[in-house]
Amino acid sequence: MVSSIGNSSVTVGNVHNRKKQMKMFRRFLAHAVVILFCGIFIVPFIWMLLTSFKTQQEIYANPPTIFPREFYWRNYVDVFTKIPYMRYVGNTLIISISAVIGQVLTSTMVAYSMSKIEWFGKKYFFPLIIGTMMIPYQVTMIPLYMIYKNLGFIGTYWPLILPNFFGSAYYIFLLRQFFMTIPTSLVESATIDGASDARIYLQIMMPLCKPAITTVAIFTFMGNWSDFMGPLLYLNKAEMYTISIGLQAFVQTHYIEWGLLLAASAIFTVPIIILFFMAQRYFIEGITITGIKG
Amino acid sequence: MKVKTKRNISGFIFALPWIIGFVCFSAYPIVTSMYYSFTEFNMFQAPNFVGIANYKQLFQEAKFWKSLYNTLYMTVLGTPLNLAFGLFMANLLNKKLKGMSVYRTIFYMPTIVPAVASTLLWIWILNPTQGLLNNALKSLGLPAPNWLGDPQMTKPALLLMGLWGTGGIMLIFLAALQDVPKSLYEAAEIDGANSVRRFFSITLPSISPVIFFQLIMSVISNFQYFTQAYLMTNANSTGGFNAASGGPENSLLFYALYLYQNAFAFFKMGKASAMAWILFIIVAIVTYALFKTQRKWVTYGE
Repeated sequence: MVSSIGNSSVTVGNVHNRKKQMKMFRRFLAHAVVILFCGIFIVPFIWMLLTSFKTQQEIYANPPTIFPREFYWRNYVDVFTKIPYMRYVGNTLIISISAVIGQVLTSTMVAYSMSKIEWFGKKYFFPLIIGTMMIPYQVTMIPLYMIYKNLGFIGTYWPLILPNFFGSAYYIFLLRQFFMTIPTSLVESATIDGASDARIYLQIMMPLCKPAITTVAIFTFMGNWSDFMGPLLYLNKAEMYTISIGLQAFVQTHYIEWGLLLAASAIFTVPIIILFFMAQRYFIEGITITGIKG
Repeated sequence: MKVKTKRNISGFIFALPWIIGFVCFSAYPIVTSMYYSFTEFNMFQAPNFVGIANYKQLFQEAKFWKSLYNTLYMTVLGTPLNLAFGLFMANLLNKKLKGMSVYRTIFYMPTIVPAVASTLLWIWILNPTQGLLNNALKSLGLPAPNWLGDPQMTKPALLLMGLWGTGGIMLIFLAALQDVPKSLYEAAEIDGANSVRRFFSITLPSISPVIFFQLIMSVISNFQYFTQAYLMTNANSTGGFNAASGGPENSLLFYALYLYQNAFAFFKMGKASAMAWILFIIVAIVTYALFKTQRKWVTYGE
């Protein structure tokens, strides 16, 4: 820059100012983009709620309305009278809670064996556990169906509950990652004091790993609450349906009554969203622990 | 008893649930599935050995190739699209802005909606005349396609719907971004690297293991794309118990859906098992190939 010293200091000041302005502008831009995308992401939810409060007539009005002319609560009443909704909720709860019990009991045991016990099987079994995550569901689907058929389990909850009592690769992995962060010295000193593995597992590991166990419990619950494929394969009596399958069966007969269908979807979704808000921390922890340290 | 033996015994006991589960729910079914794939089997009579007839038949069948094509379409387009969008959003949400935790929650929320509910909602959003999307497009003066009726548009519609569910991917990327040492960025800034440069020479290499992990998981799950397609085509056909239609001109007949139809609608268990094994082999090859490329672009720190 060809100028006097005084001038150049002014330029430097200007450059500094402009840089600051640029930075502010970019912050503003980033904020605007985030808000825009958030808007786009939340619109489907709002659309679901708005439609669920419209009458059948208004839903098919031309031109379509955005806001309901008047809030039509009837859809929400009809959901409970036309679908045995509470029964489906009860059925889904039976499966989901049993699954949670199974996973918490067994996935923690296996994770303990894969992290804190020094034994010959560890180095063979752990890669195998991870490897099973890559087996497509379809490969085991038909033989498993045949096994349950031969046991007379088709049309019962057994095929949906039982597998949860043998640990699941994903949860074992998640818990193992967490167990690894507990200092081995703690386990060793307990061993020296004469504590058995059962005691260490029950009285040291379980209490210390409550957050990870909660995460597994929540994921298991949500997975079973929303599961579609399992109930589709194994449940054949309407009175035993879960919410997913019940709703699907309902779609078959009411496929043009969108107000009703979306009211049902909203009722299905809301408990999950409430659970999510109550337990947000565990979700985020659980997802990141498997995603990152993988 | 020796300490070592004792440790081996308790290790084994604690691992026992998984070992039993592995034998009953993985190993035995995998082997049986292989056997079924060489048989004609309708579930009611004993399997009848037919050699490689199922495989031969599949390879000559247009519907098989169509379902494979549809699935590859979703995998090849959907995986990079979801990963890129997830990473883009993670980058945006990694900035220190007011109310960020609220924004993050909003992005994550769609992923927890049960598939039945979200698919139903999207069928309605994609409705050609009354749907939200087409009304928005029309008001912007853009063409309003028949998303779920036009075979050219059905898969793009599912890709769009998939983007709404990228919150999980975003969250993992976000955590990975927060793990990148700040000092790297500071040093680069002093060296005068602009933000684009910083992204490509610091951010991407630092999070490449996470990108790799997500890539593998996403490819595996895309190959098994089922629930949304089942619900979408079943809601539209509104008939035929247990047999989703496959959509207009079979444009939504995905591999897993066709496999399911063969097994539980047509009761061709042998053919379905052959399909399962072909899928297994494809997934294994693709995963192996991706692992092979790892050395070229994935950098493990420390």
